[in-house]
Amino acid sequence: MHPGFLTIYWRDMIRFVRFRTLLFSSLVQPALWMAFFGIAMSANFTRLTSDVPPVPGIPNVGYLTFMAAGVIAMTTLFTSLFGGMTLLFDKNWGLLREVMASPLPRDHIIFGIALSGMTKSYIQATIIMVFGIFIGAEFFQGFGPLEIVFSILGILLFVGIFSLGFLFLSAAIAISLDSPEGMQGIMTLLTMPIFFASNALYPVNAFPPALQAVSMGNPLTHLVNGIRYFAIGDDFQAIGIVYSTTVTELLVSLSVLLVFAIAMFALAWWRFQKAVVT
Amino acid sequence: MVDSIIEVSGLVHSYGDFEAVKGISFSVEAGEIFSFLGPNGAGKSTAINVLTTLLPVQQGSARVAGFDVASEPAKVRSSIGIVFQEVTLDRDMTCWEILEFHGSLYRMPKKERRARIDELLELVELEGKRDTLTKHLSGGMKRRLEIARGLMTRPKVLFLDEPTIGLDPQTRRRMWDYIKSVNEEGTTIFLTTHYMDEADQLSNRVSIIDHGQIIATGPAWELKNMLGADLIFLETSNDAAARDLLRKMHEVTGIQEKKAGFIVRISQDGTHLLPGVMDELRNSGIQIRTVNLKKPSMDDVFVHFTGRDLRDEGQEHAPAALSRALRR
Repeated sequence: MHPGFLTIYWRDMIRFVRFRTLLFSSLVQPALWMAFFGIAMSANFTRLTSDVPPVPGIPNVGYLTFMAAGVIAMTTLFTSLFGGMTLLFDKNWGLLREVMASPLPRDHIIFGIALSGMTKSYIQATIIMVFGIFIGAEFFQGFGPLEIVFSILGILLFVGIFSLGFLFLSAAIAISLDSPEGMQGIMTLLTMPIFFASNALYPVNAFPPALQAVSMGNPLTHLVNGIRYFAIGDDFQAIGIVYSTTVTELLVSLSVLLVFAIAMFALAWWRFQKAVVT
Repeated sequence: MVDSIIEVSGLVHSYGDFEAVKGISFSVEAGEIFSFLGPNGAGKSTAINVLTTLLPVQQGSARVAGFDVASEPAKVRSSIGIVFQEVTLDRDMTCWEILEFHGSLYRMPKKERRARIDELLELVELEGKRDTLTKHLSGGMKRRLEIARGLMTRPKVLFLDEPTIGLDPQTRRRMWDYIKSVNEEGTTIFLTTHYMDEADQLSNRVSIIDHGQIIATGPAWELKNMLGADLIFLETSNDAAARDLLRKMHEVTGIQEKKAGFIVRISQDGTHLLPGVMDELRNSGIQIRTVNLKKPSMDDVFVHFTGRDLRDEGQEHAPAALSRALRR
């Protein structure tokens, strides 16, 4: 296979490590979410749910553990949605012309950008897991070493496919727009419902039916399902609610993410074929 | 026929209702330096963008390096190098990285790529700046790096869109030397410019383009010779009478009025003809206020073919055409 996408990847990674402030903030921001939001909210939730009797026989995890999975998912969402922004800047600065005038097939631009966005998401997910466990998230409780390795691979699989989907979407938006401000606006519009109509920070059980339906179609919900399955287990309770996930349900979540990623790639591919950059 | 490396026929390109390129046809021979000379907004960049596959072919046909631009864009892309009008260097990459990125974009094998980078950095005298971020380079250095980048893949044709725009006169001359030496190595050069002297001194052949049309094509000397051997500029006490008188002389091939005075085109060596012309005018009682004899320049050629001055009116014309297009 033509390794052209690696060239795009290489350049984007150079820029990632070269912009010290960008690098620093993207590494520290998820940790800050955990440190402030996580600790503050878990203190509250623990107090509010203290009189809910735990279901016997099912492992009970604290809110911090519950939301740590959500923070991994949320960070992946943000990083991926903004991953295409670099294309918009390249287009506006005229840098994309060099690539567009080269023999590199255009889908390689999409792959290259997606791969670097995925790498960034992996780095961030790892940081959150390590930092989360450090401040008290009960990940991988009672797992053997082999199980831990398997679980981490599982988490990375879910994070990877999810981030590809949103990176493709982001690239499609970036190549179709002219202004970073416009893109910023669309991103904000997208992140709100995706983030809040999901199970990232709270259970969806109490949602009105319409909102529950939305959250079931929301890729973020399925990513969080996957992360919790691998990081906490297939059967646990948090905030007084029992979460049990069968392998079939897990595969359904994975399929939703795959379908989403493929659809977004098709969208990006179509937008790139139409794109004229001069 | 000599081998044509670029062949364009009946090329038309419109942006909405505005026709930027109105059916141009020309060919560029392998190994030459060919210039598109015209004011801003004449359609030069549009033409170059179509030839480099950045814009689709709307009407007409174009072949570059033996490949059809519309049906074989990927092959065209691998045979050409481009230096864009604006600087298109990533500010936060080093000179070496810029070239490395470009080479691997075109799938050059690593060994060849690295050797070529060393060779080109030496050619454009940027060896010392190998690991310098491009944002720390001067304007001339940036342009040289871009030319080096355009040459990375040993293209058959190098497209240069306004290569010396915004550079100081000394740097421009050095750029011309680089371009010439690149051409001597066998690369065909297609450049657009709105500088007369650039078209004149750098290129083997020039096409004058204005309002999306090619007005004249040929070697610079040939275009200038079309205006006669010499030009005499005169200001007299009675310009109208002087012009009538001079029109009768058979050595005079044309007269063009200016705001003050007029220009006489003559078919013979002006140094011999001028005394006679002056005697003729004085004998008829016409006083000569100013006289100037000069060889036709590309400026004169441009004025002759377009009927207006490139520098004075060229700039005003683009907005006028644009507002015409917008009103429709």
